[in-house]
Amino acid sequence: MTRPSPFVGRRQREPRLPPGQYDVGSDYPVLTAEATPNVSLDTWTFTVDGLVERPTTLTAAELRALPRSRWEGDIHCVTTWSKLGTSFTGVSLDSVLALAGVAPAATHALSWSSSGYTTNLPVADVTGGRAWLVWEHEDRPLTTEHGGPVRMLVPHLYFWKSAKWVAGIRFLDHDEQGFWERNGYHHRGDPWREQRYAGDE
Amino acid sequence: MSAARSGPPHTDLSGSALPPLPTLGGSTLRNPPETGAARRWMDAEVVAVRRESATTSTFRLALPVWEAHLPGQHYVVRLSAADGYRAERSYSIASPPEDAGHVELTIERLADGEVSPYLHDEVRVGDTLTVRGPFGGWFVWRGTRPALVVGGGSGAVPLMAMLRHARAARGAGRQVAEIRAVASFRDEAHVLYAGEWGEESTVVLSRQDSPGGRPAGRLGVADVEGPLAQVLAAASPERPLEVFVCGSTPFAAAAEQLLARAGSPTEALHVERFGPSAPQG
Repeated sequence: MTRPSPFVGRRQREPRLPPGQYDVGSDYPVLTAEATPNVSLDTWTFTVDGLVERPTTLTAAELRALPRSRWEGDIHCVTTWSKLGTSFTGVSLDSVLALAGVAPAATHALSWSSSGYTTNLPVADVTGGRAWLVWEHEDRPLTTEHGGPVRMLVPHLYFWKSAKWVAGIRFLDHDEQGFWERNGYHHRGDPWREQRYAGDE
Repeated sequence: MSAARSGPPHTDLSGSALPPLPTLGGSTLRNPPETGAARRWMDAEVVAVRRESATTSTFRLALPVWEAHLPGQHYVVRLSAADGYRAERSYSIASPPEDAGHVELTIERLADGEVSPYLHDEVRVGDTLTVRGPFGGWFVWRGTRPALVVGGGSGAVPLMAMLRHARAARGAGRQVAEIRAVASFRDEAHVLYAGEWGEESTVVLSRQDSPGGRPAGRLGVADVEGPLAQVLAAASPERPLEVFVCGSTPFAAAAEQLLARAGSPTEALHVERFGPSAPQG
């Protein structure tokens, strides 16, 4: 019996790819666990509550009145695809949080969607220019299947941390699991440390 | 794990309680799987390789550390090159949890893939594969609630795990909720687990007339209405219906819409999508 050839792989010598990830190229896969909701921009709102000085709810028009912010970079899905050199346009979450005033007691946040999806994030991961609310992908309106009209963008973490159809963020003084975190995935999800599943270092 | 499963109540700065956030999955999450322990990489022996269709084979693995999985869960396979480069892919489990010590992964050979061609072309019985699992706590059927399961192509793999589990558990005299499956394939040459789809199942061919008389065509409302009615009849407020859809993104999007038109409740839906976002030729 001939022995199998050794695995060589595509050998993508791409320094922008975290370990175990591959470049999906121009494709943009859709991964959604629940029914895709129909959210109208006319009725969409974003609520900041919990441990904040001024609980705040913004309409789409109020959100768009904030300073625009365009993000360019790479996104990484825990299912091992990465999309390199992509872009999103919206507002920095910092601009929204400045209106609400996150209290010093807040350590973690839960972002949530109209579908009932939730995901947890340490405050440090959603402040300081690391998170956005976006409504355009590569200069086109964000489609419903990709989370439109407005989704979160937390690109330094695996993409399940960037909630589609986002409707609010709640600040807490403790860490509380969101949807995928309850269902076996890592509580933080840093792609460069390959924090895919619960219990990974 | 550092995150609590359910923490203290949510409050505002004055200490007043806030309304709970919506929770996808609702009651199914009251009994979450034991997902806290790390699943470590292990070397599994390939003890059988079985051809399922023109493009798909099942790899039967003997696991040094085995844990009963939930039907619908997956394992991750890792291939490593001599220089340290590695690639990982997730594959659904086809075997039932009653098959102790083993898992079977049914894997389609994607011509332009990086991992699946290697598995199909190079891996033989007696080789070892580096794997870890089982993973997944959402797209799982515990056998306690009536279920309609709809899959396209490789999306039929977790459906078969669910059916095999139902049969094995019933064969052992255990109670299992009603389950109906609708599996869609291109044509007869691409049917997975041929001969194993029983009376609880409907097999639909999209590009070939079926022996039963159904003309070639994509999955339609008429294909799911009957099975949906049967599981809805078995559902109750205590044991509400679960609907599982697994397939490519175009298949899952279409199935989701036609299930809604057939009267399937939105909150019952569990979706697992894979592959490219654009339809494949």
